[in-house]
Amino acid sequence: MLSGNQVALAYLVASVFFILALKGLSSPLTSRRGNLFGMIGMAIAVAVTLTLTQNWLIIVGGIALGGAIGAVVARKVQMTAMPELVAFMHSLVGLAAVLIAIAAVNNPLAFGIVKAAGEAIPLGNKLELFIGTFVGAMTFSGSVIAFLKLSGRMSGAPIVFSGQHMVNLLMAIGMFGCGVWFFASGGTNWTAFIAMTAIAFVLGFLIIIPIGGADMPVVISMLNSYSGWAAAGIGFSLNNPMLIIAGSLVGSSGAILSYIMCKAMNRPFLSVILGGFGTDSGAAVAAGGEQKTHRSGSADDAAFLMGNADSVIIVPGYGLAVARAQHAVKELAHKLREKGVTVRFAIHPVAGRMPGHMNVLLAEAEIPYDQVLEMDEINSDFPTTDVVLVLGANDVVNPAAKTPGSPIFGMPILEVDKARTVMVVKRSMAAGYAGLDNDLFYMDKTMMVFGDAKKVVEDMVKAVG
Amino acid sequence: MGTVDPLIMNLMVFVLAIFVGYHVVWNVTPALHTPLMSVTNAISSIILVGAMLAAGPAEADWGVWVGAAAVVLAAVNVFGGFLVTQRMLAMFKKKEPKKLEGK
Repeated sequence: MLSGNQVALAYLVASVFFILALKGLSSPLTSRRGNLFGMIGMAIAVAVTLTLTQNWLIIVGGIALGGAIGAVVARKVQMTAMPELVAFMHSLVGLAAVLIAIAAVNNPLAFGIVKAAGEAIPLGNKLELFIGTFVGAMTFSGSVIAFLKLSGRMSGAPIVFSGQHMVNLLMAIGMFGCGVWFFASGGTNWTAFIAMTAIAFVLGFLIIIPIGGADMPVVISMLNSYSGWAAAGIGFSLNNPMLIIAGSLVGSSGAILSYIMCKAMNRPFLSVILGGFGTDSGAAVAAGGEQKTHRSGSADDAAFLMGNADSVIIVPGYGLAVARAQHAVKELAHKLREKGVTVRFAIHPVAGRMPGHMNVLLAEAEIPYDQVLEMDEINSDFPTTDVVLVLGANDVVNPAAKTPGSPIFGMPILEVDKARTVMVVKRSMAAGYAGLDNDLFYMDKTMMVFGDAKKVVEDMVKAVG
Repeated sequence: MGTVDPLIMNLMVFVLAIFVGYHVVWNVTPALHTPLMSVTNAISSIILVGAMLAAGPAEADWGVWVGAAAVVLAAVNVFGGFLVTQRMLAMFKKKEPKKLEGK
């Protein structure tokens, strides 16, 4: 049995390891060591906590069971399925927070919240339990919806109904009302606690359903943040600095990612969260307007142009992930490079369904990360580039973002319209997520290549030969 | 300085940790934002510590089993989160010097 001070010092060491884990991610070179630091920190925290507990059989058995499930999932998951895996894991943290809060309300003595059995929980701890529980419950149900949407088990289209915001507001008031009731009751008011938790579950669900598919990078970052705050909230109620520190690190990380994603879409956080924007991927272009003409060509034509170019930039989007075309793209880049063409990749911050989604897919295809550039690094190079190949991206290359009055005005885009030739691989002329027509497709220098991204790219590989 | 309420101490830790998190995370390269999410997810499963305490008291009642369920959930995340991050990071390679292709 370790003393309280020894435990606290071990937690301090673990916290430093967690900070080093995040710091390691500043470069791919140090990132693997960073992850190792994270594991060491977690091992220290768990080992030390074990000395504070009885029932080792149950605890170690539970860790072994959960750990085995986690290890299998981590090995089996496809890289294209990362967004839904992360959403799924957020939901587990949320649910665990709720369960811990229930156990703490049931037996506050075991957590040192009260000094003697049967004593009422102090007001401060009640407040902390309330916060930890409702954040945890909302994280859980919100993440479940995000998981269902990302994995395609539920339509990505926003679900809206009239009076939605009013319903949400009333439920939030009801939830806080139950919290106050729980807070003000003398003993342990289970009715209030359970009612509050139930409302929080439903509210988490209602808050995520109106948010559309391509806003998912924001949602998933936000839920990442929530899962951290839930852990920190539980840390407050249990008076456990380890949970507070690790939870805050995660909470601020998720908040920063949400901010970066909103900025990359030029949309205020609140408008993303209120939802209702966008459609399911590939909805028809809004009717009306004059018929514009576009030029289309075959994969062979496109391959010919790329093979004779000096420089090619490939812009991957969500369509690449859907078609699982990353390995075919790698082949294409390899073939072109053998012909002496400079090939680079340009990634928009919100390409895909989660921050950094495209980078992971390209890395999986063994494309070296120094050939993959961020928007700010590559935007100035487009005017001197011979051919840009857009693969399943739409809104992030839409020049309408420069036109005042457009719904996406002000959104930073990859300026592919400045390149000498643009080739766009798409399934059809359907509008992107924002429901906007894309003038890029009608430019004289643009050639559309229709078809499934993977199929088209494989044909290009053959044609480049 | 008189005795300080634990809540205040916790608040100090909380605010300082947020600042540390803020500054460390801004230095993360955008290319690694997905591994950042999965590793922070693994770190947020530090909630396992709370779950262990919930499953830990000697006088066993149903609360222990609620805690045990939380242990299982959090453990899925600890292992799943760190291992999947490791798998992803292993893919981020520079061009191998051996088969250096001409630019």
